[in-house]
Amino acid sequence: MKTILATTALLAVLAVPGLAQNADPWQPDPEARPGGTITITYQNDVATLDPAIGYDWQNWSMIKSLFDGLMDYVPGTTELRPGLAESVEISEDGLTYTFHLREGVRFHNGREMTAEDVKYSLDRVTDPATQSPGAGFFGMIEGFEAQMSGEAEGLSGVEVVDPRTVRITLSRPDATFLHVMALNFSYVVPREAVEEHGPDFGRHPVGTGAFRLAEWTLGQRLVFEKNPDYWREGLPYLDRIVFEVGQEPTVALLRLQNGEVDIPGDGIPPAQFQQIMDDPAQAARVVQGGQLHTGYVTMNVTQPPFDDVRVRRAVNMAINKDRVIQIINGRAVPANQPLPPSMPGYDPDYEGYPYDPEGAKALLAEAGYPDGFETELFVMNTDPNPRIAQAIQQDLAAIGIRASIQSLAQANVIEAGGAGTAPMIWSGGMAWIADFPDPANFYYPILGCAGAVEGGWNWAKYCNEELDALAAQADSMSDPAQAAERLALWSGIYARVMEDAPWAPVFHEERYTMRSPRMGGDEALYVDPVSIPVNYDYVYVTE
Amino acid sequence: MALHLARRLLQSVLILLGVTLVTFFLLYVLPADPVRQIAGRSATAETVESIRRQLGLDQPFWVQYGRYLWGLLHLDLGRSYLQRAEVAELIAARLPATLLLMAAGIACEVAIGLAMGIWAALRRGTAVDTGLMLASFAGVSAPQFVVGLMLLYVFGVWLRWLPIGGYGTAAHLILPALTLGLLGAGWYARMMRSSMVEVLRQDFVRTARAKGLTRARVILRHALPNAILPVIAMIGIDIGIFMGGIVVVESVFGWPGIGQLAWQAIQRVDIPIIMGVTLVSAVGIVLGNLLADIVAPLIDPRIRLR
Amino acid sequence: MSDAVALPEPRRRGVLARLARRPLVLAGLAVIGLTVLAAILAPWLTPYAPDQQHFDGLTLQGAPLPPGGGPDGAFPLGTDLLGRDLLTRILYGARTSLVIGILANGMALLVGTLVGVTAGYFRGIVGALLMRFTDLMMAFPALLLAICLAAILRPSLWIVALVIALVNWVQVARVLYTETTSLAVRDFIQAERAIGAGHGRILLRHILPHLLPTIIVYGTLGISTTVLLEATLSFLGIGVQPPDPSWGNIIFESQTYFQAAPWLVFFPGLAILALALAFNLVGDGLRDVLDPTQRERD
Repeated sequence: MKTILATTALLAVLAVPGLAQNADPWQPDPEARPGGTITITYQNDVATLDPAIGYDWQNWSMIKSLFDGLMDYVPGTTELRPGLAESVEISEDGLTYTFHLREGVRFHNGREMTAEDVKYSLDRVTDPATQSPGAGFFGMIEGFEAQMSGEAEGLSGVEVVDPRTVRITLSRPDATFLHVMALNFSYVVPREAVEEHGPDFGRHPVGTGAFRLAEWTLGQRLVFEKNPDYWREGLPYLDRIVFEVGQEPTVALLRLQNGEVDIPGDGIPPAQFQQIMDDPAQAARVVQGGQLHTGYVTMNVTQPPFDDVRVRRAVNMAINKDRVIQIINGRAVPANQPLPPSMPGYDPDYEGYPYDPEGAKALLAEAGYPDGFETELFVMNTDPNPRIAQAIQQDLAAIGIRASIQSLAQANVIEAGGAGTAPMIWSGGMAWIADFPDPANFYYPILGCAGAVEGGWNWAKYCNEELDALAAQADSMSDPAQAAERLALWSGIYARVMEDAPWAPVFHEERYTMRSPRMGGDEALYVDPVSIPVNYDYVYVTE
Repeated sequence: MALHLARRLLQSVLILLGVTLVTFFLLYVLPADPVRQIAGRSATAETVESIRRQLGLDQPFWVQYGRYLWGLLHLDLGRSYLQRAEVAELIAARLPATLLLMAAGIACEVAIGLAMGIWAALRRGTAVDTGLMLASFAGVSAPQFVVGLMLLYVFGVWLRWLPIGGYGTAAHLILPALTLGLLGAGWYARMMRSSMVEVLRQDFVRTARAKGLTRARVILRHALPNAILPVIAMIGIDIGIFMGGIVVVESVFGWPGIGQLAWQAIQRVDIPIIMGVTLVSAVGIVLGNLLADIVAPLIDPRIRLR
Repeated sequence: MSDAVALPEPRRRGVLARLARRPLVLAGLAVIGLTVLAAILAPWLTPYAPDQQHFDGLTLQGAPLPPGGGPDGAFPLGTDLLGRDLLTRILYGARTSLVIGILANGMALLVGTLVGVTAGYFRGIVGALLMRFTDLMMAFPALLLAICLAAILRPSLWIVALVIALVNWVQVARVLYTETTSLAVRDFIQAERAIGAGHGRILLRHILPHLLPTIIVYGTLGISTTVLLEATLSFLGIGVQPPDPSWGNIIFESQTYFQAAPWLVFFPGLAILALALAFNLVGDGLRDVLDPTQRERD
């Protein structure tokens, strides 16, 4: 597999200090030219631009353009590369990471970024008072428990060696650690700006990123302007980005057709999709890409009838995934395993459960439910999720499972899932979109024992200790030489999960973005798997 | 009068207090945990408990409510759980859009309603009269979201005269204001019609018309002034009705007002925002009712309101 | 009314005859009648089940079929986004609207009458408390309250009816309160009291009969409000649970597609408008006919 090889190569290089620059295969686009302003629309308002807190569709990539982390991804790919760190050394035992910071990186307020800032930022995101939704990602760093419980002042595992060197000690080897250092939550913030604005830092963000915030009218628009002192030579290309919020996707698309908008941030609305694809001029400007997303039905394995694996397998065989995908205008590919195809560790040879209602019926009969049973299917009440649930409901009815739909607000579904009172949940609208491109990210909170507790996100309440042990083993293989072996182990874990069938994976959403004729840059930037939805730093205008 | 007003004001404050209590209680028993929303998917149980403690959500209901009131007393609506910003600031940023929409909606309904009413009264008993009164009923029987979507389709998609959503220019305001206005115009039309009929019947008007005064002058001199007080009273009531239904119009047109803010907050149990918007809406409703109450005794009892 | 001091019998005789002279009322009654028939006869009026998703009811790209679409025009009003027959869903949706309209409004009337009459007849602390409570309810942004309640109570047909009733009883209570207070001080009621009649007797035999016209009028007008509120809640996705059709949730599910398929909004929207209008016309006609103090003066 290509992805595995690429990842292996990269990690190997990273481990050798001094060669890190070569780890970045990215080359400036010869066509690119600086300057210009673009307009991007979003439907929902931007909640916050604080990297420790922002976790929404809109602000995720905005934060990536305002701030930087120690690590980064090659634009348009899932490949790691160094960010604010120039290079990193990993100790033999995989427990100590020494990051050497770049020289001359300045915050938007003009001050030079140092190792102290890195430590401050990591301490801040794991400080319980910050209430970061991403704090849990840092669990492998030494001193995490003491920090989260409030006993310690800062993470003992993060040390400032000198102004340009940070040493991070882990409590266990963890192959995902460098991904975590590329995650928004780990981004470096200047202490003085955070202390000046307190809880309003998210409205007055100061980072080292390619853009800085120039204007923010709540509920209406944000303007980013180019950071002239950005540490990556020649970047960004654009002078300004105007984000207009509160715009319906339909409106955004019409305005794009009128030339007023360059990118509709929420994509192409379903009703207009066919019309656009039928028009060659417009279809040419549509960019399609995979997404690290899986839509699935969870089944609560602790309660009858779903405590019987045969019933869960029957559900997997009952759902007509092609029909469900037809309902969302074909903008997805069928899923047979938890991992999406663009995720390292995805097994293209895994066959999954076939669509076989007759076989499903037989399995149900074998499990002691020849006449089916009554159950409930929970779903979030925003379109298209109730429609998808109804399609699934009809498929289940065909094998005798009479599922009544509970279409509720997002928070109520999450509550029912966490409490284990929902027999089945369609994940749409709350589904797992990977935080970072590593198979481990799909396991722990939503399939592992850690998430199967009261209130956890493992709504199937599926807890297989054996798989947890395998997962721990896989993630302890932090030696880059073992990367292929590790991914194979993960593929095996997900195959075992599917054998137990706590989920019925239904589809992986494909992303379709559109750009105005004047937008330039590699297509991959418009469906960047990490900078969702667009990698703002590398796109440019051609006029 | 002053005493009466003072009593009404005091009553209003008590009513608002009651609104906060009931809303707070409803949100307290809501089967959804805001802490889960804040803590994210990878949070451990300890993290969740720590956030719960920090927000005081582990406290009994009366303590939580007491704290909220204490904040209110200091004009502090609290901070949004998820946006982390001051609720007062979030509402203040969106309130102008809502107020603008309401003002435009009221202007629309008064203008359309009065015109319909005058016309119907002048053509009393004819098919025009019946047609207009039927239309006024249709207006009050039409669901806002259907009117909004159909207006969007006709003027935005089909004729392409007006933008189909968004905010900023006068053109953006027309369709949402019209949607709100068509809804209530019927009430004004009926009120205006009965007021006009009353005026036209009076002796001095007959005399005036006999003396050759134009119809326009009769309307301007006598009928419209007569209708001012009832219109004010009805506007007061409408503020309440609009405040209650603003969620729908704002969501159909993507209008960046407090209705949208509340709707997004409800999805994710951002309790401080829901409380804040409810309170602000309730203040609007109470003030509107107060206005209606103050003018009510001054209105000619022969004019039928609703 | 043998031993009571007679108040003129509320004008009820000839009500039907006078209603029948009003063309708008007749039109309203016709629409209501048709809706009731559609709701009852739905299974015979359409060959499909309301939640039947037809394989040929969608284009390959997942778009709904326009009116007259399908093999041999099998779907007269077209299909919805799941390939279900729109006409079938509208016919069955009439059931939802009527059931909720009658149920929710019945509850609202019951609560409103109890509160209004109790407060108006007994006055005192109980009355004051009850009326302050209605003031409180008046100050609530109705839709926000309904949304919060729906979130707590997990929507179903019965819960939606309950939520609507909880929001809608206030108007009835206030009107009946005013009427009861003015009735309670009238001579004939005082006379009843003087001869030692119990409260129950007075309320049932004298107060309620005089309130009946108002209750009937508000009962009819209220159905219109209820139908609209149900549609609105369903439009926001917090009404009747899918796959049960309701005119509001048909529009909710189709909203994203309305530019390409406006009929999915138009037909159910028309149904809501027609039914709400019909109840308003009949209610208004009843008010004119039943209530001598509010007769049209022209």
